[in-house]
Amino acid sequence: MATRAPLIQRTAIPGLGLSAGITLFMLSLVVILPIGALLAKGASFGAAGIWEVVNRPRTWAALWLSFRLSFLAALFNLVFGVILAWVLVRYRFPGKRIIDAAVDLPFALPTAVAGIALTALYAPNGVLGSLAGEIGWKIAYTQWGIWLALVFVGLPFVTRTVQPVIEEIESEVEEASATLGASRAHTMRHVILPMLMPAALTGFALSLARAVGEYGSVIFIAGNIPLRTEIAPLLIVIQLEEYNYNAAAAIGIAMLVISFAMLLAINLIQIWSRRRIGHV
Amino acid sequence: MSDAALNLHRTAHPGKRRFRSATEESAPARIALILIAVGGLLLLVGAPLVAVFAEALVRGWGAAVQSLQSRDAQAAIRLTLLITAIAVPMNAIFGIAAAWFITKFDFRGKAFLITLIDLPFSVSPVVAGLCIVLLFGANSAMGAWLVANGFPIVFAVPGIVLATVFVTFPFVARELIPVMIEQGRSEEEAALTLGASGWRVFRTVTLPNIRWALLYGTLLCTARAMGEFGAVAVVSGKIRGQTATMPITIEMFYNEYLSVAAFSMAALLTGFALLTLMLKTVLELRHADQLAATRRH
Repeated sequence: MATRAPLIQRTAIPGLGLSAGITLFMLSLVVILPIGALLAKGASFGAAGIWEVVNRPRTWAALWLSFRLSFLAALFNLVFGVILAWVLVRYRFPGKRIIDAAVDLPFALPTAVAGIALTALYAPNGVLGSLAGEIGWKIAYTQWGIWLALVFVGLPFVTRTVQPVIEEIESEVEEASATLGASRAHTMRHVILPMLMPAALTGFALSLARAVGEYGSVIFIAGNIPLRTEIAPLLIVIQLEEYNYNAAAAIGIAMLVISFAMLLAINLIQIWSRRRIGHV
Repeated sequence: MSDAALNLHRTAHPGKRRFRSATEESAPARIALILIAVGGLLLLVGAPLVAVFAEALVRGWGAAVQSLQSRDAQAAIRLTLLITAIAVPMNAIFGIAAAWFITKFDFRGKAFLITLIDLPFSVSPVVAGLCIVLLFGANSAMGAWLVANGFPIVFAVPGIVLATVFVTFPFVARELIPVMIEQGRSEEEAALTLGASGWRVFRTVTLPNIRWALLYGTLLCTARAMGEFGAVAVVSGKIRGQTATMPITIEMFYNEYLSVAAFSMAALLTGFALLTLMLKTVLELRHADQLAATRRH
Protein backbone atom coordinates (compact mmCIF):
# COMPACT_ATOMS: atom_id res chain seq x y z
CA MET A 1 0.00 0.00 0.00
CA ALA A 2 1.21 3.48 -0.83
CA THR A 3 1.96 5.86 2.03
CA ARG A 4 -0.84 8.27 2.75
CA ALA A 5 -0.48 11.69 1.17
CA PRO A 6 -0.28 14.56 3.66
CA LEU A 7 -3.59 16.27 4.39
CA ILE A 8 -2.54 19.34 2.45
CA GLN A 9 0.47 19.49 0.17
CA ARG A 10 2.37 22.77 0.42
CA THR A 11 2.63 24.77 -2.79
CA ALA A 12 4.23 28.12 -3.55
CA ILE A 13 0.85 29.75 -4.08
CA PRO A 14 -0.33 31.96 -1.20
CA GLY A 15 -3.84 32.34 0.15
CA LEU A 16 -4.29 28.84 1.54
CA GLY A 17 -5.45 30.02 4.96
CA LEU A 18 -7.74 32.73 3.63
CA SER A 19 -9.41 30.71 0.87
CA ALA A 20 -9.78 27.59 3.04
CA GLY A 21 -11.11 29.75 5.88
CA ILE A 22 -13.79 31.48 3.79
CA THR A 23 -14.76 28.21 2.09
CA LEU A 24 -15.13 26.21 5.27
CA PHE A 25 -16.80 29.04 7.21
CA MET A 26 -19.45 29.61 4.53
CA LEU A 27 -19.94 25.90 3.94
CA SER A 28 -20.47 25.35 7.67
CA LEU A 29 -22.78 28.32 8.18
CA VAL A 30 -24.92 27.81 5.10
CA VAL A 31 -24.91 24.08 4.40
CA ILE A 32 -23.39 21.86 7.10
CA LEU A 33 -24.87 23.42 10.26
CA PRO A 34 -28.45 23.79 8.93
CA ILE A 35 -28.51 20.26 7.48
CA GLY A 36 -26.86 19.05 10.69
CA ALA A 37 -29.67 20.72 12.67
CA LEU A 38 -32.22 18.77 10.63
CA LEU A 39 -30.38 15.48 11.14
CA ALA A 40 -29.94 16.20 14.86
CA LYS A 41 -33.66 16.86 15.12
CA GLY A 42 -34.29 13.54 13.42
CA ALA A 43 -31.83 11.74 15.73
CA SER A 44 -33.59 13.21 18.76
CA PHE A 45 -36.73 11.27 18.01
CA GLY A 46 -35.06 8.37 16.22
CA ALA A 47 -35.90 6.19 13.27
CA ALA A 48 -39.06 4.94 14.95
CA GLY A 49 -40.25 8.51 15.44
CA ILE A 50 -39.55 9.39 11.80
CA TRP A 51 -41.33 6.24 10.64
CA GLU A 52 -44.32 7.09 12.81
CA VAL A 53 -44.74 10.40 10.91
CA VAL A 54 -43.91 9.05 7.46
CA ASN A 55 -46.20 6.05 7.92
CA ARG A 56 -49.40 8.10 7.90
CA PRO A 57 -51.75 7.89 4.94
CA ARG A 58 -51.44 11.62 4.22
CA THR A 59 -47.60 11.56 4.23
CA TRP A 60 -47.46 8.41 2.11
CA ALA A 61 -49.91 9.91 -0.34
CA ALA A 62 -47.83 13.11 -0.62
CA LEU A 63 -44.50 11.28 -1.03
CA TRP A 64 -45.96 8.82 -3.55
CA LEU A 65 -47.57 11.66 -5.50
CA SER A 66 -44.35 13.72 -5.53
CA PHE A 67 -42.15 10.86 -6.70
CA ARG A 68 -44.60 9.36 -9.19
CA LEU A 69 -45.35 12.67 -10.93
CA SER A 70 -41.68 13.74 -10.80
CA PHE A 71 -40.73 10.47 -12.48
CA LEU A 72 -43.38 10.88 -15.18
CA ALA A 73 -42.38 14.53 -15.75
CA ALA A 74 -38.68 13.60 -15.99
CA LEU A 75 -39.61 10.79 -18.40
CA PHE A 76 -41.37 13.28 -20.68
CA ASN A 77 -38.39 15.63 -20.41
CA LEU A 78 -36.05 12.76 -21.30
CA VAL A 79 -37.79 12.11 -24.62
CA PHE A 80 -38.60 15.71 -25.45
CA GLY A 81 -35.18 16.93 -24.29
CA VAL A 82 -33.31 14.53 -26.59
CA ILE A 83 -35.48 15.55 -29.58
CA LEU A 84 -34.97 19.22 -28.75
CA ALA A 85 -31.21 18.82 -28.39
CA TRP A 86 -31.00 16.94 -31.69
CA VAL A 87 -33.03 19.57 -33.54
CA LEU A 88 -30.99 22.43 -32.04
CA VAL A 89 -27.61 20.91 -32.92
CA ARG A 90 -28.31 19.28 -36.28
CA TYR A 91 -30.94 21.32 -38.09
CA ARG A 92 -31.09 24.86 -39.36
CA PHE A 93 -34.36 26.75 -39.21
CA PRO A 94 -35.43 30.36 -38.69
CA GLY A 95 -35.47 31.51 -35.08
CA LYS A 96 -33.18 28.73 -33.95
CA ARG A 97 -31.03 30.97 -31.78
CA ILE A 98 -34.05 32.34 -29.92
CA ILE A 99 -35.40 28.81 -29.42
CA ASP A 100 -32.01 27.74 -28.07
CA ALA A 101 -31.94 30.63 -25.58
CA ALA A 102 -35.59 30.01 -24.62
CA VAL A 103 -34.72 26.49 -23.43
CA ASP A 104 -33.15 28.07 -20.34
CA LEU A 105 -36.19 30.17 -19.48
CA PRO A 106 -37.45 27.71 -16.84
CA PHE A 107 -34.10 28.15 -15.05
CA ALA A 108 -34.31 31.94 -15.17
CA LEU A 109 -38.01 32.41 -14.47
CA PRO A 110 -38.93 32.53 -10.76
CA THR A 111 -40.98 29.48 -9.81
CA ALA A 112 -43.84 31.54 -8.35
CA VAL A 113 -44.14 33.37 -11.68
CA ALA A 114 -44.21 30.08 -13.58
CA GLY A 115 -46.82 28.81 -11.12
CA ILE A 116 -49.33 31.63 -11.54
CA ALA A 117 -48.72 31.83 -15.31
CA LEU A 118 -49.40 28.10 -15.82
CA THR A 119 -52.46 28.33 -13.59
CA ALA A 120 -53.83 31.30 -15.55
CA LEU A 121 -53.36 29.33 -18.80
CA TYR A 122 -54.70 25.96 -17.71
CA ALA A 123 -57.43 26.93 -15.24
CA PRO A 124 -60.94 26.01 -16.47
CA ASN A 125 -61.46 29.63 -17.59
CA GLY A 126 -57.92 30.00 -18.99
CA VAL A 127 -57.01 30.02 -22.69
CA LEU A 128 -55.70 26.45 -22.86
CA GLY A 129 -57.71 25.16 -19.90
CA SER A 130 -61.01 26.00 -21.58
CA LEU A 131 -59.85 24.29 -24.78
CA ALA A 132 -58.98 21.15 -22.81
CA GLY A 133 -62.26 21.47 -20.92
CA GLU A 134 -64.22 21.07 -24.12
CA ILE A 135 -63.00 17.50 -24.42
CA GLY A 136 -63.57 16.99 -20.70
CA TRP A 137 -59.89 17.23 -19.78
CA LYS A 138 -59.29 19.07 -16.52
CA ILE A 139 -55.65 20.17 -16.11
CA ALA A 140 -55.30 22.81 -13.38
CA TYR A 141 -56.16 21.66 -9.84
CA THR A 142 -55.60 18.02 -10.84
CA GLN A 143 -52.51 15.80 -11.02
CA TRP A 144 -52.15 16.83 -14.68
CA GLY A 145 -51.47 20.37 -13.51
CA ILE A 146 -48.76 19.22 -11.12
CA TRP A 147 -47.20 17.10 -13.86
CA LEU A 148 -47.21 20.07 -16.23
CA ALA A 149 -45.51 22.36 -13.69
CA LEU A 150 -42.86 19.69 -13.04
CA VAL A 151 -42.28 19.28 -16.78
CA PHE A 152 -41.76 23.05 -16.97
CA VAL A 153 -39.17 23.31 -14.19
CA GLY A 154 -37.20 20.27 -15.40
CA LEU A 155 -37.35 21.06 -19.10
CA PRO A 156 -33.79 22.36 -19.72
CA PHE A 157 -31.81 19.61 -17.96
CA VAL A 158 -31.80 16.82 -20.56
CA THR A 159 -31.35 19.20 -23.51
CA ARG A 160 -28.38 20.90 -21.85
CA THR A 161 -26.63 17.65 -20.90
CA VAL A 162 -27.22 16.02 -24.31
CA GLN A 163 -26.40 18.99 -26.58
CA PRO A 164 -22.60 18.91 -26.06
CA VAL A 165 -22.55 15.14 -26.67
CA ILE A 166 -24.36 15.49 -30.02
CA GLU A 167 -21.91 18.25 -30.97
CA GLU A 168 -19.01 15.89 -30.31
CA ILE A 169 -20.30 12.91 -32.34
CA GLU A 170 -17.83 12.27 -35.15
CA SER A 171 -19.53 12.16 -38.53
CA GLU A 172 -17.35 9.13 -39.39
CA VAL A 173 -19.39 7.05 -36.96
CA GLU A 174 -22.62 7.76 -38.80
CA GLU A 175 -20.92 7.38 -42.18
CA ALA A 176 -19.50 4.01 -41.19
CA SER A 177 -22.91 2.84 -40.08
CA ALA A 178 -24.48 4.01 -43.36
CA THR A 179 -21.70 2.44 -45.43
CA LEU A 180 -22.34 -0.89 -43.72
CA GLY A 181 -25.90 -0.72 -44.99
CA ALA A 182 -27.79 0.53 -41.98
CA SER A 183 -30.88 2.61 -42.62
CA ARG A 184 -31.00 6.05 -41.01
CA ALA A 185 -33.54 4.82 -38.46
CA HIS A 186 -31.31 1.86 -37.65
CA THR A 187 -28.28 4.14 -37.19
CA MET A 188 -30.33 6.40 -34.93
CA ARG A 189 -31.51 3.54 -32.75
CA HIS A 190 -28.39 1.44 -32.57
CA VAL A 191 -25.55 3.96 -32.96
CA ILE A 192 -26.60 7.46 -31.96
CA LEU A 193 -29.11 6.91 -29.15
CA PRO A 194 -26.75 4.60 -27.19
CA MET A 195 -24.11 7.35 -27.37
CA LEU A 196 -26.56 9.92 -26.01
CA MET A 197 -28.02 7.69 -23.32
CA PRO A 198 -25.52 8.32 -20.46
CA ALA A 199 -25.82 12.11 -20.76
CA ALA A 200 -29.58 11.87 -21.23
CA LEU A 201 -29.85 9.77 -18.07
CA THR A 202 -27.80 12.33 -16.16
CA GLY A 203 -30.23 15.01 -17.33
CA PHE A 204 -33.13 12.72 -16.41
CA ALA A 205 -31.80 12.30 -12.87
CA LEU A 206 -31.23 16.06 -12.47
CA SER A 207 -34.72 16.77 -13.76
CA LEU A 208 -36.15 14.17 -11.38
CA ALA A 209 -34.29 15.56 -8.37
CA ARG A 210 -35.42 19.08 -9.19
CA ALA A 211 -39.05 18.01 -9.62
CA VAL A 212 -39.19 16.10 -6.34
CA GLY A 213 -38.22 19.18 -4.34
CA GLU A 214 -40.20 21.69 -6.40
CA TYR A 215 -42.66 23.85 -4.51
CA GLY A 216 -43.25 27.32 -5.99
CA SER A 217 -44.51 26.41 -9.43
CA VAL A 218 -46.66 23.52 -8.19
CA ILE A 219 -48.69 24.92 -5.29
CA PHE A 220 -50.65 27.39 -7.43
CA ILE A 221 -51.78 24.86 -10.01
CA ALA A 222 -52.11 21.82 -7.74
CA GLY A 223 -55.31 22.61 -5.87
CA ASN A 224 -53.58 21.12 -2.79
CA ILE A 225 -56.28 18.64 -1.79
CA PRO A 226 -54.95 16.26 0.92
CA LEU A 227 -54.43 12.68 -0.30
CA ARG A 228 -55.02 13.75 -3.92
CA THR A 229 -53.03 16.77 -5.07
CA GLU A 230 -50.85 17.56 -2.04
CA ILE A 231 -47.10 17.31 -2.73
CA ALA A 232 -44.50 16.39 -0.08
CA PRO A 233 -42.82 19.83 0.15
CA LEU A 234 -46.23 21.42 0.76
CA LEU A 235 -46.84 18.99 3.59
CA ILE A 236 -43.61 20.23 5.23
CA VAL A 237 -44.79 23.83 4.91
CA ILE A 238 -48.18 22.92 6.42
CA GLN A 239 -46.53 21.17 9.39
CA LEU A 240 -44.27 24.20 9.94
CA GLU A 241 -47.22 26.59 9.85
CA GLU A 242 -48.79 24.50 12.61
CA TYR A 243 -45.50 24.70 14.56
CA ASN A 244 -45.26 20.93 14.26
CA TYR A 245 -41.47 20.95 13.91
CA ASN A 246 -40.97 17.23 14.57
CA ALA A 247 -43.33 16.14 11.82
CA ALA A 248 -41.83 18.69 9.40
CA ALA A 249 -38.32 17.44 10.22
CA ALA A 250 -39.36 13.79 9.75
CA ILE A 251 -40.76 14.45 6.26
CA GLY A 252 -37.74 16.65 5.50
CA ILE A 253 -35.37 13.83 6.43
CA ALA A 254 -37.31 11.34 4.34
CA MET A 255 -36.95 13.70 1.37
CA LEU A 256 -33.28 14.40 2.13
CA VAL A 257 -32.48 10.67 2.22
CA ILE A 258 -34.14 10.26 -1.17
CA SER A 259 -32.26 13.31 -2.53
CA PHE A 260 -28.96 11.83 -1.31
CA ALA A 261 -29.78 8.58 -3.06
CA MET A 262 -30.42 10.54 -6.25
CA LEU A 263 -27.16 12.48 -5.98
CA LEU A 264 -25.39 9.16 -5.58
CA ALA A 265 -27.23 7.76 -8.59
CA ILE A 266 -26.25 10.80 -10.68
CA ASN A 267 -22.60 10.35 -9.72
CA LEU A 268 -22.71 6.61 -10.48
CA ILE A 269 -24.31 7.31 -13.87
CA GLN A 270 -21.58 9.81 -14.65
CA ILE A 271 -18.81 7.38 -13.69
CA TRP A 272 -20.50 4.63 -15.69
CA SER A 273 -20.95 6.83 -18.76
CA ARG A 274 -17.37 8.11 -18.58
CA ARG A 275 -16.10 4.54 -18.52
CA ARG A 276 -18.34 3.53 -21.37
CA ILE A 277 -17.81 6.24 -23.94
CA GLY A 278 -14.96 8.29 -22.57
CA HIS A 279 -16.83 11.53 -21.95
CA VAL A 280 -19.96 12.78 -20.22
CA MET B 1 -20.89 18.54 -39.91
CA SER B 2 -23.50 16.91 -42.10
CA ASP B 3 -24.83 20.23 -43.38
CA ALA B 4 -21.45 21.26 -44.73
CA ALA B 5 -21.07 17.87 -46.37
CA LEU B 6 -24.48 18.27 -47.89
CA ASN B 7 -23.61 21.66 -49.39
CA LEU B 8 -20.47 20.23 -50.97
CA HIS B 9 -22.54 17.41 -52.36
CA ARG B 10 -25.02 19.87 -53.83
CA THR B 11 -22.42 22.04 -55.54
CA ALA B 12 -20.65 19.00 -56.93
CA HIS B 13 -23.77 17.85 -58.78
CA PRO B 14 -25.56 21.05 -59.70
CA GLY B 15 -27.89 19.68 -62.35
CA LYS B 16 -28.84 16.37 -60.78
CA ARG B 17 -31.74 15.56 -58.50
CA ARG B 18 -30.59 15.97 -54.92
CA PHE B 19 -30.13 12.66 -53.13
CA ARG B 20 -30.51 12.53 -49.40
CA SER B 21 -27.22 12.16 -47.60
CA ALA B 22 -26.92 8.82 -45.83
CA THR B 23 -26.11 10.59 -42.58
CA GLU B 24 -29.23 12.70 -42.53
CA GLU B 25 -32.87 12.08 -41.75
CA SER B 26 -35.50 12.20 -44.52
CA ALA B 27 -37.13 15.59 -45.09
CA PRO B 28 -40.50 14.58 -43.54
CA ALA B 29 -38.67 13.27 -40.47
CA ARG B 30 -36.70 16.49 -40.15
CA ILE B 31 -39.78 18.65 -40.45
CA ALA B 32 -41.70 16.51 -37.97
CA LEU B 33 -38.86 16.71 -35.42
CA ILE B 34 -38.53 20.47 -35.83
CA LEU B 35 -42.29 20.89 -35.41
CA ILE B 36 -42.32 18.74 -32.27
CA ALA B 37 -39.37 20.62 -30.77
CA VAL B 38 -40.46 24.16 -31.64
CA GLY B 39 -44.16 23.52 -31.05
CA GLY B 40 -43.52 21.84 -27.72
CA LEU B 41 -41.26 24.63 -26.55
CA LEU B 42 -43.73 27.33 -27.62
CA LEU B 43 -46.53 25.57 -25.77
CA LEU B 44 -44.54 24.75 -22.64
CA VAL B 45 -42.37 27.86 -22.32
CA GLY B 46 -43.67 30.49 -24.74
CA ALA B 47 -47.32 30.34 -23.67
CA PRO B 48 -46.66 30.96 -19.93
CA LEU B 49 -44.37 33.83 -20.88
CA VAL B 50 -47.09 35.50 -22.95
CA ALA B 51 -49.66 34.76 -20.24
CA VAL B 52 -47.66 36.72 -17.63
CA PHE B 53 -47.67 39.92 -19.70
CA ALA B 54 -51.23 39.43 -20.99
CA GLU B 55 -52.60 39.02 -17.46
CA ALA B 56 -50.60 41.99 -16.18
CA LEU B 57 -51.90 44.28 -18.92
CA VAL B 58 -55.47 42.99 -18.97
CA ARG B 59 -56.71 46.30 -17.53
CA GLY B 60 -54.20 48.45 -19.32
CA TRP B 61 -50.71 49.72 -18.81
CA GLY B 62 -51.78 52.32 -16.22
CA ALA B 63 -53.37 49.79 -13.87
CA ALA B 64 -50.29 47.58 -14.06
CA VAL B 65 -47.89 50.41 -13.24
CA GLN B 66 -50.17 51.70 -10.51
CA SER B 67 -50.33 48.29 -8.84
CA LEU B 68 -46.55 48.31 -8.57
CA GLN B 69 -46.66 51.62 -6.71
CA SER B 70 -48.62 50.32 -3.73
CA ARG B 71 -46.85 50.36 -0.39
CA ASP B 72 -46.60 46.55 -0.21
CA ALA B 73 -45.27 46.28 -3.76
CA GLN B 74 -42.64 48.97 -3.15
CA ALA B 75 -41.54 47.36 0.11
CA ALA B 76 -41.25 44.00 -1.65
CA ILE B 77 -39.14 45.42 -4.47
CA ARG B 78 -36.83 47.15 -2.00
CA LEU B 79 -36.49 43.99 0.10
CA THR B 80 -35.70 41.78 -2.89
CA LEU B 81 -33.05 44.25 -4.08
CA LEU B 82 -31.55 44.35 -0.58
CA ILE B 83 -31.48 40.54 -0.25
CA THR B 84 -29.92 40.20 -3.71
CA ALA B 85 -27.34 42.90 -2.95
CA ILE B 86 -26.22 40.97 0.15
CA ALA B 87 -26.57 37.35 -1.00
CA VAL B 88 -24.95 37.62 -4.43
CA PRO B 89 -21.65 39.23 -3.27
CA MET B 90 -21.50 36.69 -0.43
CA ASN B 91 -21.81 33.93 -2.97
CA ALA B 92 -19.31 35.50 -5.34
CA ILE B 93 -16.72 35.80 -2.56
CA PHE B 94 -17.40 32.24 -1.47
CA GLY B 95 -17.20 31.01 -5.06
CA ILE B 96 -13.84 32.69 -5.66
CA ALA B 97 -12.42 31.46 -2.34
CA ALA B 98 -13.68 27.91 -2.88
CA ALA B 99 -12.38 27.78 -6.45
CA TRP B 100 -8.99 29.11 -5.34
CA PHE B 101 -8.79 26.63 -2.46
CA ILE B 102 -9.85 23.69 -4.63
CA THR B 103 -7.80 24.43 -7.75
CA LYS B 104 -4.59 25.93 -6.34
CA PHE B 105 -3.93 23.39 -3.58
CA ASP B 106 -3.82 19.62 -3.28
CA PHE B 107 -5.51 18.10 -0.30
CA ARG B 108 -7.37 15.01 0.72
CA GLY B 109 -11.14 15.01 0.59
CA LYS B 110 -11.36 17.40 -2.36
CA ALA B 111 -14.06 15.36 -4.11
CA PHE B 112 -16.08 15.28 -0.91
CA LEU B 113 -15.76 19.05 -0.55
CA ILE B 114 -17.03 19.56 -4.12
CA THR B 115 -19.96 17.23 -3.39
CA LEU B 116 -20.83 19.30 -0.30
CA ILE B 117 -20.73 22.52 -2.36
CA ASP B 118 -23.05 20.92 -4.95
CA LEU B 119 -25.38 19.57 -2.28
CA PRO B 120 -27.81 22.54 -2.15
CA PHE B 121 -28.84 21.86 -5.77
CA SER B 122 -30.23 18.49 -4.81
CA VAL B 123 -31.98 19.62 -1.63
CA SER B 124 -35.56 20.85 -1.93
CA PRO B 125 -35.73 24.61 -1.24
CA VAL B 126 -38.46 23.88 1.30
CA VAL B 127 -36.15 21.47 3.14
CA ALA B 128 -33.42 24.13 3.01
CA GLY B 129 -35.77 26.60 4.66
CA LEU B 130 -36.76 23.97 7.22
CA CYS B 131 -33.09 23.38 8.12
CA ILE B 132 -32.55 27.08 8.73
CA VAL B 133 -35.70 27.30 10.86
CA LEU B 134 -34.54 24.32 12.94
CA LEU B 135 -31.06 25.81 13.46
CA PHE B 136 -31.94 29.46 14.07
CA GLY B 137 -35.65 29.37 14.90
CA ALA B 138 -36.85 30.70 18.27
CA ASN B 139 -37.38 27.16 19.59
CA SER B 140 -33.71 26.17 19.10
CA ALA B 141 -31.04 27.02 21.66
CA MET B 142 -29.08 29.27 19.31
CA GLY B 143 -32.21 30.91 17.94
CA ALA B 144 -33.57 31.71 21.41
CA TRP B 145 -30.26 33.27 22.41
CA LEU B 146 -30.12 35.34 19.21
CA VAL B 147 -33.71 36.56 19.65
CA ALA B 148 -33.01 37.47 23.28
CA ASN B 149 -30.03 39.53 22.11
CA GLY B 150 -32.06 41.43 19.54
CA PHE B 151 -30.76 39.66 16.45
CA PRO B 152 -33.53 37.38 15.18
CA ILE B 153 -32.64 35.38 12.07
CA VAL B 154 -35.79 33.46 11.23
CA PHE B 155 -38.77 35.63 10.18
CA ALA B 156 -36.26 38.43 9.53
CA VAL B 157 -33.88 39.60 6.82
CA PRO B 158 -30.81 37.52 7.90
CA GLY B 159 -32.83 34.31 7.55
CA ILE B 160 -33.97 35.27 4.05
CA VAL B 161 -30.35 36.03 3.12
CA LEU B 162 -29.21 32.66 4.49
CA ALA B 163 -31.97 30.82 2.62
CA THR B 164 -31.08 32.67 -0.59
CA VAL B 165 -27.37 31.93 -0.21
CA PHE B 166 -28.22 28.26 0.39
CA VAL B 167 -30.25 27.79 -2.79
CA THR B 168 -27.73 29.71 -4.94
CA PHE B 169 -24.67 28.28 -3.19
CA PRO B 170 -22.97 26.34 -6.02
CA PHE B 171 -23.55 28.80 -8.90
CA VAL B 172 -20.29 30.79 -8.85
CA ALA B 173 -18.03 28.03 -7.52
CA ARG B 174 -19.29 25.54 -10.11
CA GLU B 175 -18.62 27.99 -12.92
CA LEU B 176 -15.14 28.94 -11.73
CA ILE B 177 -13.72 25.53 -10.73
CA PRO B 178 -13.60 23.97 -14.24
CA VAL B 179 -12.20 27.18 -15.76
CA MET B 180 -9.47 27.45 -13.13
CA ILE B 181 -8.59 23.75 -13.39
CA GLU B 182 -8.15 24.18 -17.14
CA GLN B 183 -5.92 27.21 -16.69
CA GLY B 184 -3.63 25.47 -14.21
CA ARG B 185 -1.25 27.14 -11.80
CA SER B 186 1.76 27.99 -13.95
CA GLU B 187 0.79 31.61 -14.70
CA GLU B 188 0.29 32.39 -11.02
CA GLU B 189 3.54 30.60 -10.13
CA ALA B 190 5.44 32.61 -12.74
CA ALA B 191 4.07 35.89 -11.37
CA LEU B 192 5.02 34.85 -7.84
CA THR B 193 8.54 33.98 -8.96
CA LEU B 194 8.80 37.47 -10.42
CA GLY B 195 8.05 38.85 -6.98
CA ALA B 196 4.37 39.78 -7.17
CA SER B 197 2.37 39.66 -3.95
CA GLY B 198 -0.52 37.21 -3.56
CA TRP B 199 -3.19 39.90 -4.03
CA ARG B 200 -1.42 41.30 -7.04
CA VAL B 201 -1.28 37.84 -8.62
CA PHE B 202 -4.99 37.40 -8.02
CA ARG B 203 -5.93 40.81 -9.41
CA THR B 204 -3.64 40.91 -12.43
CA VAL B 205 -3.26 37.25 -13.38
CA THR B 206 -6.17 35.17 -12.11
CA LEU B 207 -9.03 37.65 -12.28
CA PRO B 208 -8.60 38.57 -15.98
CA ASN B 209 -8.66 34.85 -16.78
CA ILE B 210 -11.85 34.11 -14.87
CA ARG B 211 -13.79 37.38 -15.21
CA TRP B 212 -16.30 36.14 -17.80
CA ALA B 213 -16.91 32.90 -15.94
CA LEU B 214 -17.31 34.94 -12.73
CA LEU B 215 -19.80 37.25 -14.43
CA TYR B 216 -21.68 34.27 -15.85
CA GLY B 217 -21.95 32.55 -12.48
CA THR B 218 -22.94 35.80 -10.77
CA LEU B 219 -25.63 36.38 -13.38
CA LEU B 220 -27.23 32.96 -12.82
CA CYS B 221 -26.90 33.48 -9.07
CA THR B 222 -28.65 36.88 -9.26
CA ALA B 223 -31.56 35.53 -11.29
CA ARG B 224 -32.16 32.71 -8.84
CA ALA B 225 -31.66 34.97 -5.80
CA MET B 226 -34.34 37.42 -6.95
CA GLY B 227 -36.80 34.66 -7.76
CA GLU B 228 -36.38 32.21 -4.90
CA PHE B 229 -39.72 31.23 -3.43
CA GLY B 230 -39.80 27.91 -1.54
CA ALA B 231 -36.90 28.46 0.87
CA VAL B 232 -37.85 32.09 1.50
CA ALA B 233 -41.52 31.18 2.02
CA VAL B 234 -40.48 28.94 4.91
CA VAL B 235 -38.03 31.28 6.70
CA SER B 236 -39.58 34.68 6.04
CA GLY B 237 -42.81 34.31 7.99
CA LYS B 238 -44.38 36.34 5.14
CA ILE B 239 -44.77 39.52 7.19
CA ARG B 240 -46.35 42.12 4.91
CA GLY B 241 -44.10 45.10 4.28
CA GLN B 242 -41.25 43.54 6.29
CA THR B 243 -40.21 40.07 5.14
CA ALA B 244 -42.31 39.65 2.00
CA THR B 245 -39.97 39.52 -1.00
CA MET B 246 -41.24 39.99 -4.56
CA PRO B 247 -42.08 36.29 -5.14
CA ILE B 248 -43.79 36.07 -1.73
CA THR B 249 -45.77 39.22 -2.52
CA ILE B 250 -46.85 37.69 -5.84
CA GLU B 251 -48.33 34.80 -3.87
CA MET B 252 -50.06 37.19 -1.43
CA PHE B 253 -51.58 39.29 -4.20
CA TYR B 254 -52.62 36.18 -6.10
CA ASN B 255 -54.33 34.62 -3.08
CA GLU B 256 -56.16 37.93 -2.46
CA TYR B 257 -57.45 37.85 -6.06
CA LEU B 258 -55.41 40.97 -6.89
CA SER B 259 -54.62 39.43 -10.25
CA VAL B 260 -53.28 42.54 -11.99
CA ALA B 261 -50.98 43.33 -9.06
CA ALA B 262 -49.71 39.74 -8.89
CA PHE B 263 -49.05 39.50 -12.61
CA SER B 264 -47.54 42.99 -12.82
CA MET B 265 -44.96 42.05 -10.24
CA ALA B 266 -44.51 38.72 -12.02
CA ALA B 267 -43.97 40.65 -15.27
CA LEU B 268 -41.28 42.72 -13.58
CA LEU B 269 -39.45 39.55 -12.50
CA THR B 270 -40.03 38.01 -15.94
CA GLY B 271 -38.49 41.09 -17.54
CA PHE B 272 -35.46 40.54 -15.39
CA ALA B 273 -35.36 36.84 -16.30
CA LEU B 274 -35.44 37.73 -20.01
CA LEU B 275 -32.64 40.25 -19.50
CA THR B 276 -30.63 37.54 -17.73
CA LEU B 277 -31.16 35.15 -20.63
CA MET B 278 -30.07 37.80 -23.12
CA LEU B 279 -26.89 38.63 -21.22
CA LYS B 280 -26.22 34.93 -20.74
CA THR B 281 -26.62 34.28 -24.48
CA VAL B 282 -24.31 37.19 -25.31
CA LEU B 283 -21.69 35.85 -22.88
CA GLU B 284 -21.99 32.37 -24.39
CA LEU B 285 -21.55 33.72 -27.92
CA ARG B 286 -18.69 36.11 -27.20
CA HIS B 287 -16.73 34.27 -24.54
CA ALA B 288 -17.59 30.60 -25.03
CA ASP B 289 -13.90 29.70 -24.79
CA GLN B 290 -13.67 31.19 -21.32
CA LEU B 291 -16.80 29.52 -20.02
CA ALA B 292 -15.79 25.91 -19.50
CA ALA B 293 -19.09 24.89 -18.00
CA THR B 294 -21.27 26.77 -20.46
CA ARG B 295 -23.54 23.94 -21.30
CA ARG B 296 -23.52 21.96 -18.10
CA HIS B 297 -26.02 22.29 -15.30
